[in-house]
Amino acid sequence: MKLLNHTLKYLSITLFVIISVWAAIFYINMLDEVYDSLDDGLDNYKLLIINKAGEDSTILSKTEFAESNYEIREIPEAIALQRKDTHVDTLMYMVNEEDYEPVRMLTSAFRMNNRYYELKVIASMVEEDDLIEDLLYSLIWLYLAMIASILLVNNFLLRKTWKPFYVLLEQLRVFKLGKDPMLTPAETKVKEFKELNEAVSLLINRSLETYHGQKQFIENASHELQTPLAISINKLELLTEKEDMDEANLMAIGQVIQTLERLTRLNKSLLLLSKIENKQFQENERVDINAVFKNLIEEFTDFADYKNVTISYQEHGQLYADMSKNLAEIFVTNFLKNAIVHNVSNGWVQITVNPTSFTITNSGSDVPLDKDKVFQRFQKKSNEKNTTGLGLAIVKAISDLYGISVAYSYKDGHHMTVSFE
Amino acid sequence: MKILIIEDETELMEVIRQSLEKENFLVESASDFHSALDKVISFDYDCILLDIMLPGGSGLDILQELKNLDKSDNVIIISAKDSLEDKLTGLDLGADDYLTKPFHIAELNARIKSVLRRKSFGGKNTVEVANVKLDLDDRTLLISNEPLILNRKEFDILTYMVVNKNRLVNKTSLAERVWGDHMDEADDYEFIYSQIKNLRKKLKDHGAGVEIQAVYGLGYKLVIL
Repeated sequence: MKLLNHTLKYLSITLFVIISVWAAIFYINMLDEVYDSLDDGLDNYKLLIINKAGEDSTILSKTEFAESNYEIREIPEAIALQRKDTHVDTLMYMVNEEDYEPVRMLTSAFRMNNRYYELKVIASMVEEDDLIEDLLYSLIWLYLAMIASILLVNNFLLRKTWKPFYVLLEQLRVFKLGKDPMLTPAETKVKEFKELNEAVSLLINRSLETYHGQKQFIENASHELQTPLAISINKLELLTEKEDMDEANLMAIGQVIQTLERLTRLNKSLLLLSKIENKQFQENERVDINAVFKNLIEEFTDFADYKNVTISYQEHGQLYADMSKNLAEIFVTNFLKNAIVHNVSNGWVQITVNPTSFTITNSGSDVPLDKDKVFQRFQKKSNEKNTTGLGLAIVKAISDLYGISVAYSYKDGHHMTVSFE
Repeated sequence: MKILIIEDETELMEVIRQSLEKENFLVESASDFHSALDKVISFDYDCILLDIMLPGGSGLDILQELKNLDKSDNVIIISAKDSLEDKLTGLDLGADDYLTKPFHIAELNARIKSVLRRKSFGGKNTVEVANVKLDLDDRTLLISNEPLILNRKEFDILTYMVVNKNRLVNKTSLAERVWGDHMDEADDYEFIYSQIKNLRKKLKDHGAGVEIQAVYGLGYKLVIL
């Protein structure tokens, strides 16, 4: 629910309650005032009639309301003495309305010439149901008018007021750490939004610092490792050239050298990853992907033969990509290497190049790989001891850099579909 | 042939020195910026191995100084940083090659000999051992003046082995040299064996005075018969 509607919901409920309570109180007060005024009028009228009766005794014989609004009837003394003035609501037939309508009636008693009379005076009264109905309708209109105006005010004013917030929100939604420059929050005079902008900027700055720090750390650590690795490998290489080495010793040294080489590869892959992520690569050029494939397949032939894997290559068009030549080669190499390494004996690798995409399919284990994890770092499924577990992570980093889409699927082999569109 | 190693890591310097002395080079060394600069200014070298990050200054400044002095020493930069920027700056300032640490001794050897060849033989880019003669520009092989056709990989293997004759060449180093550095993660590099087998047979059939021997799971060695 949008903030706009959210406030409106609570406002409309509150308004409804306030208006209802107000309507009830208003109605009661108004009615009270009406009765008060009516009763005062009736009391006054009563005194006028009694005074008039003292002058004109014919009035005392007026026992029916008929055309006037009072009647007088003689009553026994006992009842008269107990009688007190009472105001009641009652109904009376109205000729004009052709219906019984509410009237206010004062019942009183008075003594004249030692005889006791009962006096009833009536006054026409407001029609309560009509009043309530009128009140209700006007209140409903008032309510709707208020809601409508709130809605309008909300839409115009709030939307304007909240603009910096939505601007910030939109920027945050698409923000990617390390990819985008700093946010550019909208100018605002509202204190809360200013604070929000500042807080978000601060948070992002801190995250960026940490992010860059970590990237820098990986790069520095990898660089620092290069020299000790060089010393170890070269010293061992010199050692193997000594005359008095026997076969067992040479084998052992060979294994240590291989392990150090593995470490070197791992280190280089990490460096490559951080270089890609830091965009430390030369400018883009139009790379002929078909040619890259043909060259690399030629390079990989001996390795594929040794692994007993057949590589077949098909092209249905010319594929060009705007990227660093070096990275394009690394990109293709990693796919190719992956397809050959994670294969079976008598297996196959099939490459298809289309004008905007290429596909590499290879035989291998019958178990499909986890789509979500296959491009993560150090996701080693096989027990190939020579893989770094970074090959596809590098592929992912390169595809992210250039906006290339890479998808894995499994159907009669492992498919990698790479689209440059 | 006089070679100067400018490298602040004394252990690495020592290893390189030992390896180069096996090749009968005269080796001198400097481990900081100022002593390196002194030596570079005072003497002439056939080849200088130059580390970029040095205590007291940058190796690139030494290159600049060489350029200012109009000295034509061959320079190979050896750096821990595989930085394209440094590489381009270095080559711009007249360096002949750029090698990233860690490297194999055989690779360093090959690079040094390559820059020395360019300087010494009046542009004739050939290597010779026994009755084997390789022309690296025309990519032709003569055995006792008889031409022998090799495929690209066989030729590259033989060149690398001849340059490193009598030295143990690590198979990773050989694979990276011939197949490119794409071939890492590749099953202990056993796959290079089939090309070597073919090359050996061709050399033997044509009466070459050299032989490529396998060294227990480590690599290969070219020996003169």
